[in-house]
Amino acid sequence: MVKIKEKLYKWIFTVLAFSSLIFLIGIVIVLFKEGLPIFKEVNVSKFIFGKAWYPTYSEPEFGILPLILGSIWVTVGAVIVCVPLGVGSALYLHELADYKQRAILKPIIEILASIPSVVFGFFGMVIVTPFIQKLFNLPTGLCALNGSLILGIMATPTVCSLAEDALSYVPKSFREASFAVGANRWQTLTQVVIPAAGSGIATAIILGMSRAIGETMTVLMVTGGAAIIPSSFLGPVRPMTATIAAEMGEAPMGGTHYHALFAIALILFLTTLVFNIIAEIISRRFRIKLGLSG
Amino acid sequence: MKKNITQNIGFLMLFLCMIVTIIFLGSIIYFISIRGFKVISWEFLTQGPRMGMTQGGVLPVIIGTFYLTLGAIFFALPLGLACAIYLCEYSPKSFVVNLIRISINNLAGVPSVVFGLFGLAVFVNFFKFGVSILSGSLTLGMLALPLIISASQEALTAVPQSIREASLSLGATKWETIKNIVLPTALPGILTGVILSIGRVAGETAPILFTAAAFYTRGYPKSIFSEVMALPYHIYALMTEGTHPDQQKAIAYGCSLILLFMVLLISGIAITLRQRQRGVHV
Repeated sequence: MVKIKEKLYKWIFTVLAFSSLIFLIGIVIVLFKEGLPIFKEVNVSKFIFGKAWYPTYSEPEFGILPLILGSIWVTVGAVIVCVPLGVGSALYLHELADYKQRAILKPIIEILASIPSVVFGFFGMVIVTPFIQKLFNLPTGLCALNGSLILGIMATPTVCSLAEDALSYVPKSFREASFAVGANRWQTLTQVVIPAAGSGIATAIILGMSRAIGETMTVLMVTGGAAIIPSSFLGPVRPMTATIAAEMGEAPMGGTHYHALFAIALILFLTTLVFNIIAEIISRRFRIKLGLSG
Repeated sequence: MKKNITQNIGFLMLFLCMIVTIIFLGSIIYFISIRGFKVISWEFLTQGPRMGMTQGGVLPVIIGTFYLTLGAIFFALPLGLACAIYLCEYSPKSFVVNLIRISINNLAGVPSVVFGLFGLAVFVNFFKFGVSILSGSLTLGMLALPLIISASQEALTAVPQSIREASLSLGATKWETIKNIVLPTALPGILTGVILSIGRVAGETAPILFTAAAFYTRGYPKSIFSEVMALPYHIYALMTEGTHPDQQKAIAYGCSLILLFMVLLISGIAITLRQRQRGVHV
């Protein structure tokens, strides 16, 4: 009797454990099923490299190049903001902050990482937009620069927190050896600690990028939303995520537009999947290099 | 001497990075608090919207967020905990287990708008739940699942092996050991993970855009199949829809402050607790 009960519990847990796998597979299936039909009507290269996105015209065009470029621009801009700030802050926490400062700053950074994206977007709209508009004398402050800035600030705590973790895994003996041969703290930091933690920091940056490219609400609210090929950081862009969020409500279910939006989501999903896998591989190597398990 | 100058400049740069980060993030909290505080009143917290979203309060909106979050956790907690228990206590080290681990990691990295589309295709359209609390909760629950699994896993792994062995040696079965010994010991860590994911779920907008949220509903939600207003979506809608941008902006400030306060409070509690637990265990 007891044995049967034990077996039953084991089975229940085994079945439930597969749920996460099922959900991931479910997402893949849904994206393919709802996204692929677009390619019956628009061929793949025209979809990805087409320069015009006019899904609601009487003769609609489904070229997502402007959207892809919009995502890339905003993400690159965000990386320019969040990498120096995030990694710099992590190095500060690791090298310069004393015990007390770190005990306060580290949790604060982690708490700030939980600020909802819609609040960032709102802040961008009401504070940063008028500021950029005045500074550069633009008709509107809703532009790629605004999106990059906000996304960058948003990703900074994530990058900082992960990079600080990576730095803390570097064994003390590395530093001591460096000091022993006469290097000062800065030399030790730049020539011993950073290279040792390098791949861990790289993982932090990739995960930050992955977060930026998949972020929806902030870019939807502050980038201006024009589906044109971006030519300047001061012009409006429409990243892929913003396009899905803005248009899915109006796209008739099962229509070409609907399938096109799912196809965009598919591309987005595959992109972040690749980012995450790269991050995973790098971080595994990093752990092996420093002799850490799992 | 030269190398010390480089060092000083370098350290100054790092200090500046930290300061700039704090100033940026601090200014968000500052501006929203200062301007949001003016809007918040007893009436704002206890009444529904009136006059086409230009006056009144946001109580139904707060309650909507509460329902959605509760629903998401109700769905994700048992599933996530079971998954973590399997991985930590039962799993034979095999290919399949690795597959589950990888899929959890990747599920955590899926953009939230993609969850939204999945929810739309599966819960809203395929299962015909419609745009409803149920669809929104399930979608948000999927988002919370990887968070709960990894937090529970961490908590279960932190339980010393010797306690398990002691229980087994007294004749307890595996399930009895898990139920009476392992879970109670790991409970604080699991709770921390749950609180943290509550904070995350409460602030998410993209997953509920097409699965649950409405800009305006009359009164309070009646069942799990009704549309709801939710704080994060409300902020977005107030800023992009409607006909009175200035009055709506004021309300959006109020909503942002409430959301920010809620989320920071929740994750503040969770992270402080986690800090303490890690201090005890490690």
